[in-house]
Parts: sequence; C-alpha cells; structure tokens
Amino acid sequence: MINLQPYNNPTYFAIILTGLLPVMIGLYYGKRLRIYESLISIVFLVLTFGGDHWQQGMALIGYTIFQVILTMSYAHYRHQKKNQTNVFIALIILSILPLVIVKLTPLFPNHHGFNLGFLGISYLTFKTVQVLMELRDGTIKEISASQYLHFLLFFPTISSGPIDRYRRFLRDYENPPARKDYLQSINKAVFYLFQGFLYKYILGYYFGTRLLPVVTHLALGQRLAFGGTGISWYLLAYMYVYSLYLFFDFAGYSLFAISISYFMGIQTPPNFNKPFIAHNIKDFWNRWHMTLSFWFRDFIFMRFTFWIMKHRWLKNHVRISQLAYLVNFLIMGFWHGVTWYYIVYGLFHATAIIINDYWLRFKKQHQDKIPHNRFTEYLAIFLTFNIVCFSFLIFSGFLDKLWF
Amino acid sequence: MTDTEKIYQILKDLTDEDFSDKGDTNLFETGLLDSMATVQLLLEIQTELNVDVPVSEFERSEWATPNKIIAKVQTLK
Repeated sequence: MINLQPYNNPTYFAIILTGLLPVMIGLYYGKRLRIYESLISIVFLVLTFGGDHWQQGMALIGYTIFQVILTMSYAHYRHQKKNQTNVFIALIILSILPLVIVKLTPLFPNHHGFNLGFLGISYLTFKTVQVLMELRDGTIKEISASQYLHFLLFFPTISSGPIDRYRRFLRDYENPPARKDYLQSINKAVFYLFQGFLYKYILGYYFGTRLLPVVTHLALGQRLAFGGTGISWYLLAYMYVYSLYLFFDFAGYSLFAISISYFMGIQTPPNFNKPFIAHNIKDFWNRWHMTLSFWFRDFIFMRFTFWIMKHRWLKNHVRISQLAYLVNFLIMGFWHGVTWYYIVYGLFHATAIIINDYWLRFKKQHQDKIPHNRFTEYLAIFLTFNIVCFSFLIFSGFLDKLWF
Repeated sequence: MTDTEKIYQILKDLTDEDFSDKGDTNLFETGLLDSMATVQLLLEIQTELNVDVPVSEFERSEWATPNKIIAKVQTLK
C-alpha cells in the first residue's frame, strides 16, 4: 500500500487539492459536506499512517481511543457538577502519560520493538490537555465524541501543528463562512501555499540541503580549534545557516498546514510573525512558533503563577515570574525531547527572558535617562537575533556531535 | 466605588498609568500588561469585584483594552 507523508512532494499537494475540491464547492455554496469531509480525512490519515507506517497507525488508533475515553469520562464527571482537584490531576497525568512514555523510551537500552509513538503525538497531547483544562474551568461545557475527534484528528495540522484551540476550531467548523469571507479565505490560502513553497522548497532547501552539509563538514573539521573547544568561524556560519534553515523549513510547513485549513474554511492560527525582527526575547516568543508559545503561556505560565499567587506561597512577584519562566521553558525543553541540548535550550531561554525582564524594569524606572532612537532599535534587533541563533545552535544538537 | 472605577484603580496599580480618559488603549500591544500582570489583574478582579475569571476565559483579543475589560467583567457578573 502506498504511503504519503504530509506536504512532502508535489503529488501530495495535487491529491489533497483534488480531494478537497468537493469540500470547497460545498463551502462556496455555504454548506459543509460533513460526511464527505470526514471520509476524506480518514483517507488522508490512512495515507499518512498506513502502508509501511502501519505501526504508527495502530499507535494513533490506540492513543485516540484512550484520549476519547478520558475526555468523555471527565466531561460526564464535570456534568454532574463534581470538581475534585485530585481527579483533575489524575486525568492530566493519564493524558500526558503516552507522550511521557514515548519521550522516555529512548533512554532505556533494549527498547527496540516497543513503540507507542507516532508522527504528531507531541502535538495531539497539547490538544487533549487543553480540552481537559477547559472542562475543569467550565469554559467547555458540552463535548461530543464526534466533535472531539474532528478537532483532535484534523488532518492538515496533525503532524506538526499549528496547535489550534477547541472552541475556536469548533466555531469555524460549525459555522461555514459567508461566500464573501470564504472567497477571502481562498485568496489567503493560495497566497500561503505559494509563500510556503518559497519558504520550504526554495529557501529552506537552499539553507538545509545545500549549505548546511557544507558548513557542517567545515565546522567538524575544526574540532581541535580554540583550545579543543571547536569554536571557529565555521561554527558561527553553521549557527546562522541552521537558524535560517529551521525558520524557513518550519514556517514553510506551517504555511502549508494553514493554507489547507483555510481551503477547508478553518482559520488555523498563524505560527510565525517575522520572528527575526523581534527587539527582545519576550517579543521573540510572541513571534516564534506562536501557537506553541501561546499554549505554554496560557496553560503553564499563567496557571502556574495564578496558582502560586492565589495560595500566597510566594509574595514577591518578580520571584514568582522567574520561577514560572523556569518551569515553563524547562517543560518546553523536555517536550522537545529528553536530551541535554533540548533541556539546556529551555534553561537558556528561561535565563534570557529573566534577564530581559530585569532590563525592562530598569528601563521603566530610568525612562528619562535611557535613549531610544532608530540606532538603539536596530541594536536591540541585532542582539536578539544573535541570542536566538545561539539558542538554536544549542537546539540543533550540533554541539553534541562536535564535543562528544 | 463603582466597578468601572475599581477596574481603573486595579489597572493603575498594575501599570502606574491612569486610563480613565483613554479607555481604548491596547494594553498588550503597548506592552503595558504582560502575562504576569494579566494574572494579577484576574486575581484582583476576583478579590475586589467578586467576579470569578478562570484563566481559560481569558482570550487576549477580548480583554485588550480597559473598556473591553469593563464590558467583559459585566458579562461574567
């Protein structure tokens, strides 16, 4: 049986746009063809998780059944106006358990043959946890298994996001757009599609497939440079090339996922907003992998600080925010994978944002003495860009290769 | 104090700025409120106005200006 990985080659785009044609015609006439849309979604899920990837397919099915049972049981429990914290915590732990097992498995020897993982498990877990948290808060009151499945398994974003929100998704799904709005959506969808081609298959390809192997080779050749640390101009070149590759590849992929969503009348939120013109680290996280960082902001950072302040466990607000940044970025690091460089990447960003906050407070107190002009603005962007690229050098795992 | 006055007072404590005559200022785009200050805002609304706002209820675009905050608090009352 054939297997097609999402957005991987021209065939995939040809098939997807052909398959979605009836959906588009339906939406043009203001109707969502629910049954057809569900069937075509299953076809694309089978294309991605079938064939020689069938083991992933089985893992996805098992995972989905497990999550549906958890969520529907909790919805039923909340419906009876019951709301115990222990029950809520137990459900969150159960919900992230499959992901934790998948992330920890590589640490054990002889783990081959045991695999619960599938493409996109990290991204689906954000959706399952989000729904449980909103059920707890009461912002999601009613949930049906069918709506939940549509949200969870929405195929354009299943492999790597962007991470949508349940209530936002359902609003789009249940209310087909007016013709004028849908035509605007198509307009954007086409634009995003071609922007995606430019990003992923021209720029991402150039940096990732052409330049990256060259600088990798050159930088590895300098292993003994600078007293054995391997620090060389080529390493610097690697840092910039990798950072640009990472951006164009991932932003390109995200644009494809958003484009296909828009064709289907679902306005999946954007993932990138010119991250390299950020003028500080805080600003950067409002522009880079936005659906991930906003998820962390809303479901980790804000809840953690809320919880601590409500119980008055810590008085000093500066300390609370610093602690919350550490927790936030450490979890983000572990989410990427249990390796030293992802965890250091998380710690690095936590430290950077804490220093950033000190600076912002200092600046606020000395507003009259600190100059602000075009030059300082460019300097801020330049500094932020370099700090971010350095963090991506850590993230790339190249230092692991260079040093160990 | 009316609810509106209370909200202006809370915002003033958090940002050192008086918004009574600039109720349409975008608090997030201008960087006046960050996530930390937002959490403080929600907690203050809870204690001062007795309105329970779960974090899930907080959607930035719906809470972006002092006027929007006032309107939102009224609907949650």
